[in-house]
Parts: sequence; structure tokens; C-alpha cells
Amino acid sequence: MAVIHDLAFQGAQMLLVLLLSPLLTGFVRKVKARLLRRQGPPLLQPYRDIIRLMRKDVVLADNASWLFRVIPYLIFAATWVAAALVPTFRSGLMFSWTADLIALIALLGSARFFLALAGMDTGTAFGGIGSSREVMIASLAEPAMLMIVFAIALIAGSTQLSTMAAFMNSPEVGLRVSLGLGLIALVIVAIAENGRIPVDNPATHLELTMVHEAMVLEYSGRHLALIELAASLKLLLYVSLIACLFAPWGISSTTSDPALLALGSAAYVAKLAAGGFLLAVFETSIAKMRVFRVPEFLGAALMLALLAALLRFVSRSF
Amino acid sequence: MVVTALEGVLALVALAPIAIALGASARASSIVYGACLLLTLALGILALLVLLGHASEPLAVTLPMGLPWLGAHFRIDVLSAFFLVVINLGGAAASLFALGYGRHEEEPQRVLPFYPAYLAGMNLVLLSADAFSFLVSWEFMSLTSWALVIAHHRDKDNLRAGFVYLLMAGFGTLTLLLAFGLLAGAGGAYDFDAMRAAHPTTGIAALVLILALLGAGSKAGLVPLHAWLPLAHPAAPSHVSALMSGVMTKVAVYGFIRIVFDLLGAPDWWWSLPVLTLGAASAVMGVLYALMQRDLKRVLAYSTIENIGIIFVALGLALAFKASAMNAAAALALTAALLHVFNHSLFKNLLFCGAGAVLAATGERDLEKLGGLIHRMPQTAFVFLIGATAISALPPLNGFVSEWLTFQAILLSPQLPSWGLKLMVPAVGALLALSAALAAACFVRAFGIAFLSRPRSDAARNARETDSNSLAAMYGLAALCFVAGILPGLVIDTFAPVTELLTGARMPVQGTIEWLSIVPIAESRSSYNGLLVFAFMAVTGAFAAFAIHRLASDKIRRGPAWGCGYPDAGPLTQYSADSFAQPIRRVFGTLIFSAREQGEMPEPGSILPARLTVRMRDPIWETLYAPIAGFVGYAGERLNVLQFLTIRRYLSLVFGALVLLLLVLAIWP
Repeated sequence: MAVIHDLAFQGAQMLLVLLLSPLLTGFVRKVKARLLRRQGPPLLQPYRDIIRLMRKDVVLADNASWLFRVIPYLIFAATWVAAALVPTFRSGLMFSWTADLIALIALLGSARFFLALAGMDTGTAFGGIGSSREVMIASLAEPAMLMIVFAIALIAGSTQLSTMAAFMNSPEVGLRVSLGLGLIALVIVAIAENGRIPVDNPATHLELTMVHEAMVLEYSGRHLALIELAASLKLLLYVSLIACLFAPWGISSTTSDPALLALGSAAYVAKLAAGGFLLAVFETSIAKMRVFRVPEFLGAALMLALLAALLRFVSRSF
Repeated sequence: MVVTALEGVLALVALAPIAIALGASARASSIVYGACLLLTLALGILALLVLLGHASEPLAVTLPMGLPWLGAHFRIDVLSAFFLVVINLGGAAASLFALGYGRHEEEPQRVLPFYPAYLAGMNLVLLSADAFSFLVSWEFMSLTSWALVIAHHRDKDNLRAGFVYLLMAGFGTLTLLLAFGLLAGAGGAYDFDAMRAAHPTTGIAALVLILALLGAGSKAGLVPLHAWLPLAHPAAPSHVSALMSGVMTKVAVYGFIRIVFDLLGAPDWWWSLPVLTLGAASAVMGVLYALMQRDLKRVLAYSTIENIGIIFVALGLALAFKASAMNAAAALALTAALLHVFNHSLFKNLLFCGAGAVLAATGERDLEKLGGLIHRMPQTAFVFLIGATAISALPPLNGFVSEWLTFQAILLSPQLPSWGLKLMVPAVGALLALSAALAAACFVRAFGIAFLSRPRSDAARNARETDSNSLAAMYGLAALCFVAGILPGLVIDTFAPVTELLTGARMPVQGTIEWLSIVPIAESRSSYNGLLVFAFMAVTGAFAAFAIHRLASDKIRRGPAWGCGYPDAGPLTQYSADSFAQPIRRVFGTLIFSAREQGEMPEPGSILPARLTVRMRDPIWETLYAPIAGFVGYAGERLNVLQFLTIRRYLSLVFGALVLLLLVLAIWP
């Protein structure tokens, strides 16, 4: 019985993240538009876009190989699995022990690896430019992310997300310097990983300024829909991750009490809204960086995260 | 059992004269490689039986060879059995690959006799149980591989590679000789058992550690002793490159583990410092060098340096834990190292075989002349992609598991008592994370430039899929990468006797954990399940594909790629290997390689091409090797006058030398 119960929650979580993610993207776009005094697209526009793309034919470049056609499914699967493992409204998911936080980051790394390959497949200059910049950004963002994980894992004594969330919810956390440094670094990494301003601009279609959009330039139809969906999932994943680690309020552990679950879900939606709002405000208040300023930006995150981990190694009380 | 193993090795040695007798006849390579395949398989199965605890007596034997009053000791224990499995598995795969690839060899009589001898040499190193036979087998392995490196000796670069390799191999053996001399002590106990029983003083032990690190490290390719590796490994025929990179470096790792973990006794905490430093430096430098290379095989050789660095980091952690009596953590770190040894031998063999297949199909190793091979060689591309994903430490393949275990070991290290390590380990962890991310970039570049995009030369345009033997070898290795990735617990369990031997502890039994997860310490702390990750990805991916094809569109049209409005942009407009590495070169290379870019634009209106010149310096070669080579040249020049003296002066030289020696004898206490 308990197994069926857990399975149901795991399934619910998978569906929840999949269905909510375009809404978050739409919400961020809407807030950004309102901040610029524009009307903006309707909240549900990302869903319409995805459905419209699904219905369209795929136009493949002449040189596209079988790998190019497989990659959207790989990226989508890896991102969805990763997003399904972050506790949202209830921790203690059935398969949360399948992959800990390090494995989760590596799963996102797999998705990026294949996306970068897709960018190179058609043999155009744009795909190459996107891929080569993406791996440069990743080569700094990934170590920074891992150092953040180290710092938090050393505080919580675990790399298991449900254990971490439970620990962060308990009173023994307190205010710690290393947590603060980790949070700043995590926000920087999340911005870079999701290709938001100031690292990359998700709305641009001026080729020379793009990173993510340049890699997917040759995708169309259902392939593009999957990639867009994966990108939304990734944004949702990072907001959920920050919420789960630094604002774990309302994440009930193993309960199936409907009131608590409702509370957890409401808290989760509120956290998503807050995260999306802050992201939109941040993006409208800052200009995009030149590509070669990005390493400095991410290097700062790496150093902060390293400092946070180092503090934990030196003393247990930081 | 050791006798059976030695008979197998003897059969390999006997293949060498047979190969000479067969000469360049058409069937020679099939016979030799076929026999090598069978013999290495047999040796591997034998070693696996020992590792799984089905050993039968005798496990040690003394043969009346070598030094007359000593004899040659041979022994097989779980540590050597583990490495025998790795080496013979790699050997079998390379031999199977060579059954097809060897036909492209222009002068097989230069390769065939040395190949089985080389395999025999590596096996002998692992079976030796005294310093004398160890060093003789070590030299035998070095010399046979040297002969294979200069198989194509008409190429000037290969000759230079052979020269540097010979020098460095000599240096490595010298340091190992000194290390064993110190271990043997005044009594001259060359036998490993006697060395294990003796307890050297702290100073001697420290010296042995440094010498072993230099000796084994120079063979394994630790920075800064790596200079020969990227020259020699690519110079050999591809199946030999696979063996040198995937397997021989592991023999060096074995030498280090045998001396430092087994013979030297209880470690001090600071022993881990040089190991961790060199390991972390190798990991990052290796992959950065790899990113700057154009030669596909050289990319792979440099990436070997990176992986050896990761192995040594894990070994350093194991030493630190062992010194602090944290045996469970030591077992975890050692398991991570051994697992990475195993994994790296699989995917590096696979990648070198893939590079060999590309070389045979196109005649090119230069990335700038490849491209689009996924259309012409779809199967090679598929297995190469598996290898590239595995080596980039991406789940659900095997490379990720060993790196994950290393990270878990790092997370245990705050409990280490010493301050030096507390400050060092996080930095090492960051460097390790950096090298993992850069490795992914490196293999996106290698695979993307060579196999994806459009062909950059006629050779790449007209490539053909490789033969079935080569493909069988590569598919076998890829399947092993996959299985070791999704069922790592079963692999880890077979290592338990080795960690028990060396650290006195083992990781928890993994085979009985439900769903076959791996759990380093406790499930609440961390766990990973490759099988479920793969199953989830397969199910969600298939579900998405099914749903979309069923409910939405499944039509496909073809059209030209978007070139920003320019029609028919040629293959030259694509990103090249150098341009792909440019952002990383700019971020990391300006500091480490002093990379400088200089652009020359023609006058407006001129039709001359614009030029971009990139200058890079190899910091280690220029600061370490070039001065030494310069000094040797200088000293040789100065000493040259001694050749042209008169007889009177020679006699006075002899007299002076005699007086000096007598003086030394008189003063010596």
C-alpha cells in the first residue's frame, strides 16, 4: 500500500513539474513585460507555443544526422528526470535516492553535453559558436555548482536532497556564513545555467549575442518544442532547488495528510512565483554582459563557493 | 594457479619468435593477434577467479632464474589479480580490434613480434614478487613498448617520441631501482615478503614514497613527468596506443599501490600531500592540454593524463584516510581509484580504437581535416559517442560512478585531523570538478569536430565504415562501459578483497541493496542508482517520442541549413577545432599557456585574407625539460675537449682520478 502511495506521489511530482514549468516561463515573461510598461504575452502563451510547435512539421538541415533527431528526446528525458527528483511540495519521494544532488547536476551536464553536440551537427558557424561558448560557461558553472553542493552537503551531512531539505528545515541550521556565500553563488550559477541576462539573453535572435539560442537554431517543430520544454523544466528545477535548499518551509516529509499537502503545494507555488518575480526584476535591472566578462562573473561564483566549502572544512560552526 | 598464469605468459613470449618466423606473410597478423586474444582472455579469466576467491594453490612460486642465490619469485594475490583482469581485458579487446585493424599495417613484421612480448611484459610485472624480477619485467615492458612506438620509424616525429620515451623510461626505472634498494635495506632483502616485514624509518619511508611517486608517476604520466606520453602514445599503431594509454598506465598505478600501500607500511598523514598535489595538477593540466590539441590521438593521450590525475587524487585521499585510521573512508577512496582504473581502461581503449578506425578509414588524425564521419561511419560514431559520454563522467555511464565515489570520499575528509589536508582537500575537489567539466568540453569538441558537422577534406568525405572485428571489439568495450555504469554495485563488490588487503576495510556490500543502488556509507547520506536513472531516462524519452509521434506530428522535411542569409556556405565556414577551443583558451590559456592572439586585418577594400595567429607556450616543457636538455648539451660541449688530449694528459688524468679515489676511501668513515 505504502509503495503505491509513494509511487503516486512520485508520479504526481513528475506531472506537476512538467505542467507547471511553461507557466513559470510565461510568468517571468509577463512580469518582465509589465516592468517595461508593456502588456506582454498572456500567461499561457508558452503552452500555446509548445502545442503549436508540436503540430508543425520538422525541417531538418541537409546535413543533420540521426543523432540530431535523437538529442531532443535525450535532453528532455534527462532534464525531466532531474526535475522530478527535486523535492517540491513533499520530500521523501519514492525515487529520491536514485540520484543525489551530485548525480542530478551530472544529469543536467548530460543534457548540456548532447545539446552542445546538436549545435555542431549541422555544420554551421552559429551552432559552433553556441556550443563552444556553452561549454566555456559550463566549465566554470559546473565546478562552482559542485562546490556549492560540497558546502551545503557538509552542513547537512548528506548529498541526498530529501535529507538536506529536512535538515535545512530543522532549527539546528541557524545563520551561517557559508550558507550565505553558497546562496549567492547558487543564484549566479542558476542564472548562467538557464541562459538568463546578464549571461545570455533568452529573447534575443541576434546571432552573435546568443549562446543557447544559437545551439538550437536549426531545430524546428516537435524537436524545438521538446527543447523549449526542457529549458522551462530546467528553470523550474533551479528555482525549486534554491527553494528546497534555502527556503524549505512547507515541504512535508513523508506525510499524506491532505491539509499538509495542500499547504506544501501552496507554499511551493508561492515560492515559484517569488523566484520568478525576483528573476524578472533582476533581468530588467541589468544589462547583458560581453561574453568574455562572463568568466569573471562565474569565477566570482566559483570563488564564493570554494570559500564556503573551505569554511566548512576549517570549522564546523561557520 | 600462478604456474598456469606463468605458462600463459610464456606462451605469449613464445609468440614473438613465431611472429618473426611468419614474417610479413598474409596470415601472420591473424595468427598472432588471434593467439594473443585467446591467451589474454585465458589469463583474464584466471585472474578473475583469483579475485572472486576461487583461487587454487600454489599462489606463489620461486623459479631458479634471475640472481643465482635468490631465484625469481612470482606470486598472485588479489591486488595483482585485479590489475591482471584490467590488463588482460584491455589486451583482449586490443587484440580483437587488431584482427581487423592490423591488416592496414604496412610493415607488420615491425609490430607483430613485439606485440605479444609487450603483453607478456605487462603480465610479468604484475606477477613478480621480488624487486629484481619486477624491475626486469618493468624494463622488458618499457623496451617492447618502445619498439612499438618506433614501429613507423621513418617518420621523424616518431623517432623523437621514441627518444624522449626511452629517456623517461630509463629515469623511471632508475628511481624505482633506488626505491627498491632503500626498501631492501642493508640486508638486501629483494623479496617483497621480506620488504613488507621490514619497517623502514620515517626518513627512508619518505624517500621511498617520493622515488615511487617519481618512478611510477613518470610511467603513468603525472604532470610534470608526462612529457613523453603525448608524444609516444599517439606514435604507436592505434591498438598499441590503446594498450599504452588504457593499460600500461595502470601497470604504473599498480607499481605505486604495491610499493606505497603494501610494502611501505603504515603511512604518515603528509604522504598524501604530494600525491594529491600531483594528481590534481595532472587532472587539470592534462585536460587543458587536451583541449588545445588538433591531433585526435594526442587529445586522447592528454586526456589519459587527466584520468591518471583523478586516480592519483583518489589514491592520495585513501592514503590520508589510512594514516588517520579512518579505514572505511580509506576503503571508499581506494575503491573509487580502482573503479576509475577499471573504467578508464575500458573507455580509453574504446576511444583509441575509434581513433584507429578513423585513421584507417581516412588516413587522418588531424581534427581540422575530419568531420561528418557520423554519416559515413555510423557504427564507429555510435561507439565513440558512448566512450566520449563515459569519459566525460556523465550518467548513466561508468565514468560518472567513479568520479561520484571520489567526490563522496572528498565529502568525508573534513573529519581528517590535520590542518594541511583540511585546507588542501577542498581546493583539490574544486580542481577535480573543474577537470570533469573541462573533460566534457574536450569530448564535445573531439566528437563534434571529427564525427559531426560537414566533412573538411576529401578523405573524410570518402571514408568507409570499419571492419567487423574492429567493430566487435568496440561494441564489446562500449557494452562493458554501459553495464559498469548501470550496475556499478556488482563491480564494486568484486574489488572488496583488494581494499580489505590494503586498508583493512571494505565498502558495504552493494549487491544486496535493493534496486541495486550503490551506497558508499549510508542511504540517508548518499546513494546513486545508475540502473534506475537509465530506466527513467529510457521510459520518459520513449514516452515523449511515442506521445508526440502518435498525437502530434511525425513528418520530416529536409532543407538547407540557415546561414544568416548567405547561400551555400562552404565547410570552411564551420567552427574548427581551434575556434571551438578559443573561449576556453582565452579564459584558461592566457594564464597557463601564455596564449596570445594576434589578428591582422587587410586594408579596407583589399581582397587579402585576414589572419589570426595564436602563440602558445608549453610551460612545463620550457621551464623544466628545456633547461635540463640545454644543460646536458652545454656539459657535453665542455666535456668534448676530453676526446682530443695527448697521451701525457690522459695519463695524468688517470693518476689524478686514482689519487682522488684513494682520498675518498681514506676519508670515508
